[in-house]
Amino acid sequence: MIELIKNTKIDFMGKKKYAFILSGIMSALGIFALIQIGLGNANLGVDFAGGTAVQIKFGQTVALHDVRLALEAGGLKDFDLQDLPTENKILIRVKKQEEKLGGASEVITQVLTAKFADKKPVVDSTTEIGPKVGSRLRQDSIWAVGMATIGILIYVAIRFQIRFGIGATIATFHDVFAVLAVFYLLNKEINLIFVTALLTLAGYSLTDTVVVFDRVRENLKKYIREPIDAVVNRSINEVLSRTIVTSLTVFLSALALFLFGGEVIHDFALAMLLGVAVGTYSSVFVASPVVILLGKNRQPLAPKKS
Amino acid sequence: MKKGILWRVALISVTVLAAVVFFLPNTPLFQNMPEWWTKNLPSKGIVLGLDLQGGLHLVFEVEGDKAVEIATDRAATSIAGALQRKNIQGSVKREGEFVVVTPADTTTRKVVEDMYPSLSLADSSGALKYRFSAAEAQKIKDTATDQVLEIIRNRIDQFGVAEPTILRQGTNEIVVQLPGVKDPKRAVDIIGKTAQLEFKLVDTESSVAAELPSRILPGEEAQFLEKFKGRIPEGDQILFHNALDKETHQLVERVPYLLKKDVLLSGDTLTEAKVNIDQRFNEPYVSMRFNATGAKIFEDVTGANIGKMLAIILDGNVYSAPRIKDRIGGGDAQITGNFTLDEAKDLAIVLRAGALPAPLKTLQNLTVGPSLGRDSIDAGKMAGIVATLLVVFFMIFYYKLSGMIADFALVLNIVLLLGAMAALNATLTLPGIAGIILAIGMAVDSNVLMFERMREELRAGKTPRAAVEGGYKKAFWTIFDSHVTTLITAAVLFQFGTGPIKGFAVALSLGVLINLFTALIGTKTVFDIVQSRGEAKGLSI
Repeated sequence: MIELIKNTKIDFMGKKKYAFILSGIMSALGIFALIQIGLGNANLGVDFAGGTAVQIKFGQTVALHDVRLALEAGGLKDFDLQDLPTENKILIRVKKQEEKLGGASEVITQVLTAKFADKKPVVDSTTEIGPKVGSRLRQDSIWAVGMATIGILIYVAIRFQIRFGIGATIATFHDVFAVLAVFYLLNKEINLIFVTALLTLAGYSLTDTVVVFDRVRENLKKYIREPIDAVVNRSINEVLSRTIVTSLTVFLSALALFLFGGEVIHDFALAMLLGVAVGTYSSVFVASPVVILLGKNRQPLAPKKS
Repeated sequence: MKKGILWRVALISVTVLAAVVFFLPNTPLFQNMPEWWTKNLPSKGIVLGLDLQGGLHLVFEVEGDKAVEIATDRAATSIAGALQRKNIQGSVKREGEFVVVTPADTTTRKVVEDMYPSLSLADSSGALKYRFSAAEAQKIKDTATDQVLEIIRNRIDQFGVAEPTILRQGTNEIVVQLPGVKDPKRAVDIIGKTAQLEFKLVDTESSVAAELPSRILPGEEAQFLEKFKGRIPEGDQILFHNALDKETHQLVERVPYLLKKDVLLSGDTLTEAKVNIDQRFNEPYVSMRFNATGAKIFEDVTGANIGKMLAIILDGNVYSAPRIKDRIGGGDAQITGNFTLDEAKDLAIVLRAGALPAPLKTLQNLTVGPSLGRDSIDAGKMAGIVATLLVVFFMIFYYKLSGMIADFALVLNIVLLLGAMAALNATLTLPGIAGIILAIGMAVDSNVLMFERMREELRAGKTPRAAVEGGYKKAFWTIFDSHVTTLITAAVLFQFGTGPIKGFAVALSLGVLINLFTALIGTKTVFDIVQSRGEAKGLSI
C-alpha cells in the first residue's frame, strides 16, 4: 500500500488562528480585487468592459514595438498590446466603449496586414463587444455567482445542517476570493472564461469539503465523549489522504491543460490549478473551523442518518 | 458467479456499443463508410462550436425607435396627401415622434383620425400633435424585428452560408451565427446594411447650391456642415457622394450635394436587382427593375423634371446624380459607383432581399479564424492525452491493480462521455474540451474515495470482499454529494453562459453524471468478477 500520508495526528483545529489570519488576508485581497473590478480599475476583458480585441498570428517573429508604431501611425489610440512570443501571436485590445462597433478592428486588421504583409499575418480572431452587451455580461456573471452560491448553500444545508451549509459556503467564497486575489495581483485578464473557472472551482472545492463533513458527521455519532474539536481533528486526519489524492488527480488534469491546452484556455487552467490547491486547504482550514465557530452544541450537528 | 454480474456486464457492453455507434460520425472511419450505413446512423455526432471551426457570431439590436420614426414619417406623408385631395390648406410635418398637423379644426381631425385610428392626439392647441400610442409603437417595433429577421435570413440565403443560425433574442435583438465564413467582413456588411434606396431631386436653384465646394476631404464633414448651418433651405438637406480611388477602392474624397428632402421613389417597389458589367469601362454596376407602381412613378417623376438631376441614394450616401434627359418608361434604373465585382454582387443581394425597416446596431461581433480553431483542437487533444496518461499512471502507481480497475472506469467514462455528447448532438467548444479534460481528473475521484474506504476496512481487519462491499456502501453518499454540488454549478453555468460556456457546462455535467455510472457500476462489476472466483487472500490496492 503506497500511502502519501500515514496515520497523521495533526492538530488542525489548534492552528485555526493562523489559518484564519492567512485566509482573512487572502479574502480581504479578493474583496479588494472585487471592488477594484467594480470600479473598473482591474484588467477587465473586452467581454466585460466592452471594446475590441484582435488577435493576429504572424508567420515569423514581429517586434511588439513595430506593431505599436504601425498602429499609432494608423491613427489608433488607447490600445494595449500583448504578445505570445512562442506562437508569434499578438493580441491588440482597444477598450474604448464605442457606440458604433466595427471601426477599431477594421483599422487594426488593415494596418497590420498591409504593414507586415511580408510576415504573413493571419487574423486569428476579432472580438467586438458593445457597452450594452458588456454590462449585461457583467450582470449575468454576478447573478450566476449568486445563484451558484445559493444553490450550494441550500443543498449542503439539506444534506447536512445549516451550520455546515454556512461553513461550506464561506469556504467556497474564500476559494473564489483567493483565486480572484491572485489573478488581480498578477494583473491577469478578468473575463468570461475566468468567471467560468471560478464557478467550476466553486463547485469542485466543495467535493473536498463534503468529504470532510461526511466524516465529521459520522464521527460525531461514533465518538460521543470526545470534545468537538477533537472529533473534527480526528475526521480531518482520517480523510486527509483522500482529500489530497482526489485533488491531485484533478490538479494533474488541470496541469496538462495548463501546459498543452493552448493560449485561449491557459488562464482558465491556471485558475483551476490555484482553485484546486486553495480548495483543498480551505476544506481543512476554513470550512471545518467555521462550523465549530458557529457553536459547539453537537447534538443538532448530526440530525438524522441520510 | 455472483447474482447480477452478467446483467451488469451486459448493461456496460450495451452502453459502450451505443456510445461507439453514436460517436461514429466524428471518426475518420465515417468518410469511408457506404452511404446506406451513414444515412441510418442515429446521430449526426458532436458539432464543433464556432470557436473551434471558425466563423462569425453577431448580435444586432434593431433600432425600434427609428422604425417608429419611419412609420411616423410615412403617416405624415400620407396625411399630407389626404389633406391635399380634400383641398384643405394646411401643413403636415414630423417633429420628433409627433406628426404636427394644421389647421387644428374638426374637419382635419376627422381626416387624420379616420386614416390613422392608431394615432393618438397629444395636443390640440394651435396645431394638432399626434403620435402613435405606446401599444402601436410597440407593435411597430415588434413587426420591424420580425421583418429584419426575415430579411437577414433572405440575404444570408442568397449570400450562401452552410447552416447559418438566425434567431431573435429578447424583444429587439437578433443573433446570427455563421460557421466557417471565409470573408467575415463581407458577411457583416451584407447583414448590417440597411439598404434604404431613395431617389431625390438635386436642388440647383438655391444660392447655397452655388456655394458648395466640389469636394471635401473625408473627416471634414462636421466642419463643413457647420459652415452651412441655418442656411440650408427648408425642405432641403446635404448628403455626400463617396468618391473612391479607382485602383485601391479607398475613400479619397466626399462630394456634397444639396437635395430636396422629398423621397420621389424608394426601393420598396423594386422587383429585381442584378449585376451587369459596363462594356466600355469594364466596370460592374447594379441594374434594377421596378414593379408597375414604381415604374409609373419613375416615369412621372422623370417626365416632370427633365433637365434636372436625380440623385440615387443608398443609406444616406449619394451614388450618382445623373441629369434627366428624357421621360424614362419601363421601370429600369441602375446604380453605378466604382464597385468591385463582389461589392456589386452584395449590393444586388441586399437590394433584392429588401431594405431593413430599421437600422441595426451591432452589439457584439466575434470572429474566429479557421486556423485558431484548428490549433485549439490540436492543443485540446494533446492536453487530453497528457491528462489521461498522467492520471492513469498515477492511479496504477498509487493503487496497483485496483488503480487499473479505476483506469478502466476512466476509459469507460471518456468513451461514454463522447458517445453521450454525440447522441445529444451537443456542441463541442473550446471550454467544452477543458470540461472534458477536467472530467478526466474528476472521474477517478469517486474511485479514490471508494479505495480509501476499502483501505480503512482492510485495516479494520475485514476480508477483501467485505472491504470492497463496505467501501462502496460507505463512500456512496460522499460521492453523490460531491457530484451534486458540481452539477449545481454546471446548471448555473448552462443557464448563464454564452455559447462556448454552455458547451463547457454540458461537457462537465455529462461527465459528472456518467462518472456516477462508471464508478458505481463499472468498477464494482470488475471487482465482483475478480472476486467471484472465491475469496482472494488480499486486495491489491
